[in-house]
Amino acid sequence: MAVTFMLNGKSTTVEADPQMPLLWVLRDTLNMTGTKFGCGMALCGACTVHINGEAARSCITPISSVAGKKITTIEGLSADASHPVQVAWIEEDVPQCGYCQSGQIMSAVALLEKKPNPSDADIDDAMSGNICRCGTYQRIRKAIHRAATMQAAK
Amino acid sequence: MAQTLVLNRREFLKSSSVAGAGLLIGFHLDARAATDAAESQEKPLVNPFNAWVHITPDNRITLILAKSEMGQGVNTSLPMILAEELCVDWKQVGIEQAPTNPKIYQLGTGGSGSIASSWLPLRRAGAAAREMFITAAATHWNVNRDTCVAQDGGILHGARKNFLTYGQLVEKASKLPVPDLTKVPLKNSQDFTIVGNALRRTDAKSKSSGAAKFGIDARVPGMQYAVIARCPVFGGKVKSFDATKAKSVPGVRDVIAIDPVAKGAFSAGGIAVLADNSWAAMQGRNALNIVWEEGPHAGESSETLHKQFLENAAKPGKALRSDGDVDAALAKSAKKIEVTYEFPFAAHASMEPMNCTVHIRPDGAEAWIPTQAPQWAQDVIAGVSGLPHDSVVVHTTLMGGGFGRRYQADFVMEAAQVAKASGKPVMVLWTREDDMQHDFYRPASYHKFSGAIDNDGKVAAWKHFQTSTSIAAMWGDKGEDDSGGGEFGTAAFIPYQTPNYRVEFTLAKSGVPRAWWRSVEHSSSGFVVESFIDELAALAGADPLQYRLNQIGNDRAIPDFGNPKEGNPLKTARQKGVLKLAAEKGGWGSPLPQGMGRGIAGYYAFETYTACVAEVSVADKAVKVHRLVYAVDCGRPINPDGVRAQVESAAIYGLSAAMHDAITIQGGRVEQSNFNDYEMPRIEETPKIEVHVVESTEEPTGIGEPGLPVVAPAICNAVFTLTGKRIRRLPIRAEDLS
Repeated sequence: MAVTFMLNGKSTTVEADPQMPLLWVLRDTLNMTGTKFGCGMALCGACTVHINGEAARSCITPISSVAGKKITTIEGLSADASHPVQVAWIEEDVPQCGYCQSGQIMSAVALLEKKPNPSDADIDDAMSGNICRCGTYQRIRKAIHRAATMQAAK
Repeated sequence: MAQTLVLNRREFLKSSSVAGAGLLIGFHLDARAATDAAESQEKPLVNPFNAWVHITPDNRITLILAKSEMGQGVNTSLPMILAEELCVDWKQVGIEQAPTNPKIYQLGTGGSGSIASSWLPLRRAGAAAREMFITAAATHWNVNRDTCVAQDGGILHGARKNFLTYGQLVEKASKLPVPDLTKVPLKNSQDFTIVGNALRRTDAKSKSSGAAKFGIDARVPGMQYAVIARCPVFGGKVKSFDATKAKSVPGVRDVIAIDPVAKGAFSAGGIAVLADNSWAAMQGRNALNIVWEEGPHAGESSETLHKQFLENAAKPGKALRSDGDVDAALAKSAKKIEVTYEFPFAAHASMEPMNCTVHIRPDGAEAWIPTQAPQWAQDVIAGVSGLPHDSVVVHTTLMGGGFGRRYQADFVMEAAQVAKASGKPVMVLWTREDDMQHDFYRPASYHKFSGAIDNDGKVAAWKHFQTSTSIAAMWGDKGEDDSGGGEFGTAAFIPYQTPNYRVEFTLAKSGVPRAWWRSVEHSSSGFVVESFIDELAALAGADPLQYRLNQIGNDRAIPDFGNPKEGNPLKTARQKGVLKLAAEKGGWGSPLPQGMGRGIAGYYAFETYTACVAEVSVADKAVKVHRLVYAVDCGRPINPDGVRAQVESAAIYGLSAAMHDAITIQGGRVEQSNFNDYEMPRIEETPKIEVHVVESTEEPTGIGEPGLPVVAPAICNAVFTLTGKRIRRLPIRAEDLS
């Protein structure tokens, strides 16, 4: 079936099996590989995107369910890694292997949009669904606080 | 002292026939052996401008990276070494992955050996290029070389107007004779401007923007995506299959059967489904109808393995080391203990599932592979395709984690087999379930310890029996008949003094594949040694820190037991140094709030010294780790923040082993499948981690793995202090806390 949605601000139409998860449409059909495959069961958060502003796991989101919706991927956050969360990630030197970081950043951006000054407990709640096997969690926490400070100073 | 049975890694490497000769050098080497290999590889004189430094006339400087980046930061730390000697501005340089050319590079990345093995060769390469620039400039100006200095990516003679950039000089410089690399002058460390500085990773931006390309992101025109149905039972194979339904799934293009490969790559074989996209390939695989021939290991389970451990432990093992008379000392000692420790298999679970993209054409092959062993990958593709090595181009991509898993070639073998049959570019993608159920696991093992202390509390006897599924038995020539136990030689190499010291080994047989998992044997050796010394401290009624320092004793160098000639000795002063530093920074001996306990562990691995103080609490039969304070001595830190990052990372990987990691076997297959039943530490479980890096001027050593072995014993020793309960099997279970 043909499905039309807004992808990073651009109207996009794809022809796909209605059950095909958004993740594979992004990665294999549209060659937008910034969004990652980690588990296929919404257990690790590597595939996190925003659907109508909410963090969502694209690996279990059938493409048919996003018709008419607004989707933002890591590529849509900024053209040059200038979003405050990305800047904070770079300044805190968060990534190691980096594979999970697109998903981590998308979860963090969604958190800060709801809670501009999150507590550590807020961070735990919002980021608990994102696994990092390199164990960069301590720097992720620092980077989220740093991004919050940067956004508040704007 | 009986040493013959200890097969050190270097011997293992020389004797094993895991793959072609190209692989053998650099295959999970210890750092010292890797240095030797790197030095011997310098013998055919390599022009640094061909191998390491590419500079264009418009002054673009590209440094070549000959190790794989899996998160450990080599794409920052190794170019830093080159840039230092080359005298270029760090901001000026770009980095490019080396091609697979075994004549120039040893690309294998593992054993925490990248820095140790590259330190001297890269310094010499950078210095040689710099000296060649100086000669070129001096010739150009017709002045004495001594009046020319290299700085900021150019050569200066006298006044600033006499400055030529490397871009201006490169054509002449690159054609000059290459200086003798063993005599080329190296910078004084006081003059370092890059090495030793906490620099940001060169890939932080691309990894924060989604732009970084991993193996799984390879996109080739006309490519197909494949998944493979593998026999869930290790050692099993396809008996028969029907692909009719699979072929009718929309998007499915082909179904290809591939054979298992028993030795070397150890790939499982199976039925590959090729499709227009990954999803269609998975749907196609679900529609396959396969009858499996489960093979000889279908009866294996974690229970049968545990039974085998107990049977083995009831008999003496083969002695790996025997000093004095341990049994006599135990018999006459009044203060003694006997305890056992046990570990399950553990999976690597790197976040990027295994994948490999290969295109085999009649005239050549090209591959995009997230691999720690690009040369092995090249060997495999050349072997499968029948093409000469130099027609096989391997692009080493970024890896979404490696941890040893990507030192294997099973995933390359499968992709090469499918690509050969298909003729199209194909990515073989593993799902998380594939990745978890067809790993090469950290061996399961069982350890029986008997120890005694004398009237002064000194260690009078230390007897360590170990039985393990063993990596050596998997990879050595003798297979399961190998009495090996080579990797457990590390347990025969401890800093604590005792006149009666015996280490025994018995192989436990298993069909479960084993290999190198972050820190390899040290993840278990570190736990048992640092738990047992803590048990002896308690028996002696001594403070665990002071007891360790006393039993280590005077300053001396203890020869590497497994590799006395080539391995670096353990310097007890450095081991005591990190113990004291971690204790000081961790507030050892200072009061803790009610309900909190503190424990310590120290360890030497990959020629690096670590110590860790853990603070924990126990509530509702669960351990919470609040704080880990580390001291590490890895010689001269190239990038101190990179060192800290690696230790933070190893801390979480070690926390994972302490709290969660357990692969269990039933019916010859893995019971776990995804992150719901093989859990990972998450952000809320993350303790505060502090890493204190010793400011050393010793030769740099490894840091990717050494932070791991101390985590679990530090945590469990803290649990003991708090509760009086000894944790003797990992992961920590609720029933072991009550």
